[in-house]
Amino acid sequence: MLTIKDYCLAESIQQAYELNRKKQNKILGGGIWLKCCHFPIQTAIDLSGLGLEGITETEEGFEIGAMTSLRQLETHEGLNACTCGAVKEALRHIVGTQFRNCATVGGSLFGRFGFSDVLTLFLGLEAFVELYPTGIIPIGEFAKMQPDDSILTKIFVKKDQGKTAYLSARNTSTDFPLAACCVSWKEGTLTASMGARPAKAAAFSRENVCLEDLEKEEFLEEFARDAAASVNFGSNRRASAEYRNYVTKVLIKRCLGSIKEGDR
Amino acid sequence: MRLHIWINGKEYTDEVDAGMPLLEYLRSKGCYSVKRGCETSNCGLCTVWMNETPVLSCSVLALRAMDKRITTLEGLQPQAEEFGAFMAKEGADQCGFCNPGFIMNVLAMEKELQDPSEDEIKEYLAGNLCRCTGYAGHLRAVRAYLGRNKN
Ligand SMILES: Cc1cc2nc3c(=O)[nH]c(=O)nc-3n(C[C@H](O)[C@H](O)[C@H](O)COP(=O)(O)OP(=O)(O)OC[C@H]3O[C@@H](n4cnc5c(N)ncnc54)[C@H](O)[C@@H]3O)c2cc1C
Ligand code: FES
Ligand code: FES
Repeated sequence: MLTIKDYCLAESIQQAYELNRKKQNKILGGGIWLKCCHFPIQTAIDLSGLGLEGITETEEGFEIGAMTSLRQLETHEGLNACTCGAVKEALRHIVGTQFRNCATVGGSLFGRFGFSDVLTLFLGLEAFVELYPTGIIPIGEFAKMQPDDSILTKIFVKKDQGKTAYLSARNTSTDFPLAACCVSWKEGTLTASMGARPAKAAAFSRENVCLEDLEKEEFLEEFARDAAASVNFGSNRRASAEYRNYVTKVLIKRCLGSIKEGDR
Repeated sequence: MRLHIWINGKEYTDEVDAGMPLLEYLRSKGCYSVKRGCETSNCGLCTVWMNETPVLSCSVLALRAMDKRITTLEGLQPQAEEFGAFMAKEGADQCGFCNPGFIMNVLAMEKELQDPSEDEIKEYLAGNLCRCTGYAGHLRAVRAYLGRNKN
């Protein structure tokens, strides 16, 4: 149940930031996660009047406003073409269409949730985030920071994504993922972003990898093993740490398989 | 706080609480098809259209609907009756509690997707839970409804 005393449709990002510095005030993205948190909010700060909704394609990449819905991302043809459909694959399993029409990319990333498909995806895409007042930083750096009173305004995704694949595993359709991976091969560097462990997504990279390496079973085994060994897995009621570790390696190998297939 | 909104084509201006969900506001205006089925944004029962886009009215603040056009099942009676006949023919209903949200989302899907495949239908409607049936009748009804003009 969402308890809100006051509501402010912010007129500037500066105003939103000043209000957000007070602990009891909260930025309102889609409000779906906030609704599940049972703390009273003094002032809900609505960013929807600040032109932060939508995706702009530039020559180098995509500029995504923090208030863009997950559904807008999922159905964006340009983004999906550049990421070999990884964006759609990451988002299409999240609850339902109506839900994804409400949840925003800003709210999804800002929480840095341990179950997040969205953070796993954007970490794999080596995105950048624009924070007010900090400025633009790599998402890997952002993922390691604790949520504070800054405001996430934009996300930047470069067009030269190389080859990308995304996969997740769920106990049941529309549930939270128990493992999620985004694997990319770009200019000889292979990167695996691993989320839902359940811990904030983290990435592992190996340089000097050529596409022929992906033909070798031993290479796939070794990369998946080393990537999984570089992060911690935990247990909760969805899965044990051992199971997550095992499934993550399987997902990485399947992603590598589709990167390889995509090249043929 | 002041809210200005259109519900099924009719204009309203009201004072509402900052935290009031759209669902409660719509029910206060007599739209009783809009119901709450869960507390976690999972079931889809509360689905309405906001400027033609299906959203969860339990999770959207009424104030977020400022100056927007809201459509509920009450505003789509002819279409709902037409689809409802396909549901009845396929024996898709049991208690029928999930129907309003399901119908709203089927009608949204019909507008949004061109000739969807079975997988696309299942994916679009995945956020509408039904606790009585196994969805098989629902799926038959949706397929028959979408194909009604084909022959
Ligand atoms: C039932 C359920 C199932 C879910 N399943 C999945 C899943 O399978 N996979 C997955 O990845 N996610 C899942 N999620 C999370 C969901 O996709 C969204 O990430 C989540 O709802 C947050 O998005 P929102 O727009 O609703 O954010 P909000 O609830 O509005 O905000 C979340 C937090 O971020 C802050 N915030 C919002 N926007 C900004 C901003 N621009 N700058 C700074 N702070 C901001 C808010 O103050 C709040 O603290 C699930 C959530 C629920 C409730
Ligand atoms: S009441 Fe269950 S999703 Fe809205
Ligand atoms: S028919 Fe009873 S919940 Fe769907």
